Amino acid sequence: MNEQKFQEKIDLERKIEPKDWMPEEYRSHLIRQISQHAHSEIIGMQPEGNWISRAPSLRAKMILLAKVQDEAGHGLYLYSACETLGISREELVQQLHDGKAKYSSIFNYPTLSWADMGAVGWLVDGAAIVNQVSLQRTSYGPYSRGMVKICKEESFHQRQGYEIMAEMAKGTPEQKEMAQDALNRFWWPSIMMFGPQDSDSPRTGNAMKWKIKRQFNDELRQKFIDQTVGQVKVIGLEIPDPDLKWNEERGHYDFGKMNWDEFWSVVNGNGPCNIQRLDHHKKAHSEGEWVRKAARSYSNKQEIINA
Amino acid sequence: MSLLNYTLRIADSSLILAQRISGWCSKGPTLEEDIALSNIALDLFGQANGFLEYASKLDGNKTPDQLAFNRNEREFFNLQITEQENGNFADTIVRQFFFSTYSFLFYTELSKSTDETLAALSVKSLKEVKYHLQHSKSWMLRLGDGTEESKQKTQDALQYFWQFTGELFEMDEVDIEMSKSGIGVGNSELKTNWDKMVNEVINQSTLERPVDAYMQTGSKKGLHTECLGHLLSEMQYLPRAYPNAKW
Amino acid sequence: MSDNTKVWEVFIQSKNGLAHKHVGNLHAPDKEMALQNARDLYTRRNEGSCIWVVKAEHIISSESEDGEAFFDPSNDKIYRHPTFYTLPKGSKYI
Repeated sequence: MNEQKFQEKIDLERKIEPKDWMPEEYRSHLIRQISQHAHSEIIGMQPEGNWISRAPSLRAKMILLAKVQDEAGHGLYLYSACETLGISREELVQQLHDGKAKYSSIFNYPTLSWADMGAVGWLVDGAAIVNQVSLQRTSYGPYSRGMVKICKEESFHQRQGYEIMAEMAKGTPEQKEMAQDALNRFWWPSIMMFGPQDSDSPRTGNAMKWKIKRQFNDELRQKFIDQTVGQVKVIGLEIPDPDLKWNEERGHYDFGKMNWDEFWSVVNGNGPCNIQRLDHHKKAHSEGEWVRKAARSYSNKQEIINA
Repeated sequence: MSLLNYTLRIADSSLILAQRISGWCSKGPTLEEDIALSNIALDLFGQANGFLEYASKLDGNKTPDQLAFNRNEREFFNLQITEQENGNFADTIVRQFFFSTYSFLFYTELSKSTDETLAALSVKSLKEVKYHLQHSKSWMLRLGDGTEESKQKTQDALQYFWQFTGELFEMDEVDIEMSKSGIGVGNSELKTNWDKMVNEVINQSTLERPVDAYMQTGSKKGLHTECLGHLLSEMQYLPRAYPNAKW
Repeated sequence: MSDNTKVWEVFIQSKNGLAHKHVGNLHAPDKEMALQNARDLYTRRNEGSCIWVVKAEHIISSESEDGEAFFDPSNDKIYRHPTFYTLPKGSKYI
């Protein structure tokens, strides 16, 4: 009965709100997806944070810091959305530390040159935005509203990355080389950010029925590739895929085979930075413990005084 | 020449402290505080940028970026307190509290400068600094009157950073000249109010004011602690390694 | 001691004269920090002229199952809306 009413609501494109009845599986799917999204924003601060101290101009420094700060904000919006499902931020962070919750695998790749700041903003944020735009229509109200806010704020992220790449691609030979190298390293991991091909993706079924997910992985991936190829050409770089070509019949670009062995290997902990990223987060969290404790203790004392 | 030097001193303190604070990004004790610290760093980078633009104009030769990324250690005039490492959160808060209290008093005076650019930049900076002061004060109270551990860490931080507070009120010939002509601030006159403000917060935080002892000095002549060299070598790496590149 | 800090709901007035609007929540140990955190988190792009923070536990929400009993009775009271009324042609400023 409940389940039928729930599905009717979904089919009518009405949003599910925290106090509404929902199937347990819907709730747990959302917690898994939203927290993974939140953790990705937070862990995603690190590869770019790696270059804040070395940004090559005052302008670049302010932009990068503001961008990474936005990611903290977006992680926070998402933790908030997730908390409406009856789980606390502390529990979510604990799941991350215990390796029970995942984050986007792309952040397990290192950022090795300034051009990587371009590649990450342009490709990684670009891919994330394609996904997030689609998720603005997700069926869970708090998640959907979070996505709307995040999309609005992130509109500058991709542009700043593209600007860095464009500037370097027309710069000195060394700069152009760095730009191409960054594109080579980030291209495949970026298009794999959309997740496995739908034929191999076990959870897609319910997620589509419940409208948590609104578009298939392959559909979103294709959209990203189609819109990015032109951008690569404009700045005179080359996509590291010999099979990439326009398919008149499909009206889309065809592209080469993705290396899913590498993808799963990185997901399962063997990326160049998996250990480092998680350790960084754990360390900051445990070093902050005494600060959080002090603030709580102070607040308790004040409550007693004011009581 | 004095005006350029005077402007660079202000710019450098903001720039170096901003560079330091931005090191907290992704390492804050809470997500909320991570964001707050980045905001302070962004304000300070913005201030540095404003003063460096003016310095660049006065210099007539170097761009603001060249001033930031191509000067050597001995050519930087930031107060030594700003280059000290972040340490733990209490260190960062005490450093910020001392500096923001000083900046608040300094910009309040400098906003009355006969130099219109300095006055305008100060008015803008003052707004931001008021918030930095409020933020660091809030934390002084919470850390000082929090737990035994936080109290000890904050007391240790007060002790360490105290030696760098003498510089805030020093005046050399440039300061005297600027102050006399109505352009600059008579820093030595700020000390009474600084002491008052700092004492009040230290008392409220149930902490103890360190005893005045030897004060470090030298930044007005470009003399620094060892911290600055490392900070600059990281910050300036790209423009130095690729002198012909534009970014 | 648990790591739990309090959750605060944040309302922002974007411009003087407008109503405060709910924008999200945050964690803070007390009201002062809640207000400062709200400023840092939710007004990064000049969004606000005034901020309210309210402890999340102090917000009482209607249950959505109550939706019908709560909200339907006002459905048919269309006389509360100005568009309900017919005005003579040519009348202005009303």
